[in-house]
Amino acid sequence: MKKDYSKLWVLFKSMFVLSACTFGGGFVIVSLMKKKFVEELQWLEEDEMLDVTAITQSAPGPLPVNASVIIGYRIAGVIGSLTAILGTILPPMIIISIISLFYEQFRTNPYISTALQVMRAGVAAVIFDVVINLAGNVIKTKRILYISMMVIAFVATYLLDVSAMIIILTCLGIGLLDLAVGTFRKKNGGVA
Amino acid sequence: MLLLKLFFAFIQVGMFSVGGGYAAIPLIQEQIVNIYGLMTLEEFSDLITVAEMTPGPISINSATFVGMRIAGIPGVLLCSIGCIIPSFCICLILAHFYYKYRSVGGVQVVLGAMRPAVVSLIASAGASILMLGLFQAELREVVVGELRVVELGIFVVALFLLRKYKVSAIAIILGSGVVGTIIYALLGAI
Repeated sequence: MKKDYSKLWVLFKSMFVLSACTFGGGFVIVSLMKKKFVEELQWLEEDEMLDVTAITQSAPGPLPVNASVIIGYRIAGVIGSLTAILGTILPPMIIISIISLFYEQFRTNPYISTALQVMRAGVAAVIFDVVINLAGNVIKTKRILYISMMVIAFVATYLLDVSAMIIILTCLGIGLLDLAVGTFRKKNGGVA
Repeated sequence: MLLLKLFFAFIQVGMFSVGGGYAAIPLIQEQIVNIYGLMTLEEFSDLITVAEMTPGPISINSATFVGMRIAGIPGVLLCSIGCIIPSFCICLILAHFYYKYRSVGGVQVVLGAMRPAVVSLIASAGASILMLGLFQAELREVVVGELRVVELGIFVVALFLLRKYKVSAIAIILGSGVVGTIIYALLGAI
């Protein structure tokens, strides 16, 4: 893996902007990162972004910070990680530091609460846009196993409130099983 | 001494909050309110409200808020750094191994099985946010008659702009906030 320090500034700037605009949880920033680093800058592959998401979701700590560490590491090693983290944590630190001085006015301002409410519609649109592309690519693999896992995982998380951690660990198990079956078939020269 | 206490409190928050922001809330409450008594429960609930209203991870937001109230800027830095130290160490190790072994055939097969699930996790987060946007409620509490038409319109237009004209995501998020607020103000609903 080659390190490219010339990308540090763009990395910092991208993370700073994404973090400043991430209203509503870890998966929002993952969608934004996918658009920025996979589609726009083409620094990462789509599969890689999904792997990074799985890893960040299984590790402790805030998801955006975890994702910054891994993406930064990929771009420019440990220095890249530190740069990406700085970009990610500066906006919330600055914003909250200022707001903590007059949070009563902030909390009760009707314009702010309306803006935050309608913004959810925009955030949802961004996530749906990313999901349409991602789901399309899963369907293109034409593997019944993957497509059905996607559907079952959605039902389990959204309708049955199964935790993301359990979903990922279960799929890890299925992946290992898939690997074992594949290896077994190869060993037997395809005669099953 | 107080600063040191804060620092260690947030290292623990960073280390034991697995699975996203909402998992961190009880943990922060335990450390800040119950164990160290750095805030009252009422101040803590204000903090969570503000943290939810502002961008960024909830644990960083709380670390900043608590740090600022108790020790000013040095407090902010110390709490936030404490909060990310565990993430940084653990994810660096994971990143190292991921990039070392990810091209191995077997690892690809296993990762391949995890990817469709990640797509679903993202989709599920999107669906939850959409429900909150359209009905101000979780799926189970949705009342069909309370559909918010303005938000529905913004969602449809935003998705169209994203798919058809590749408008930037940041512009969509900020734009929807501005446009929506203007519409509600014109309707006299604010």
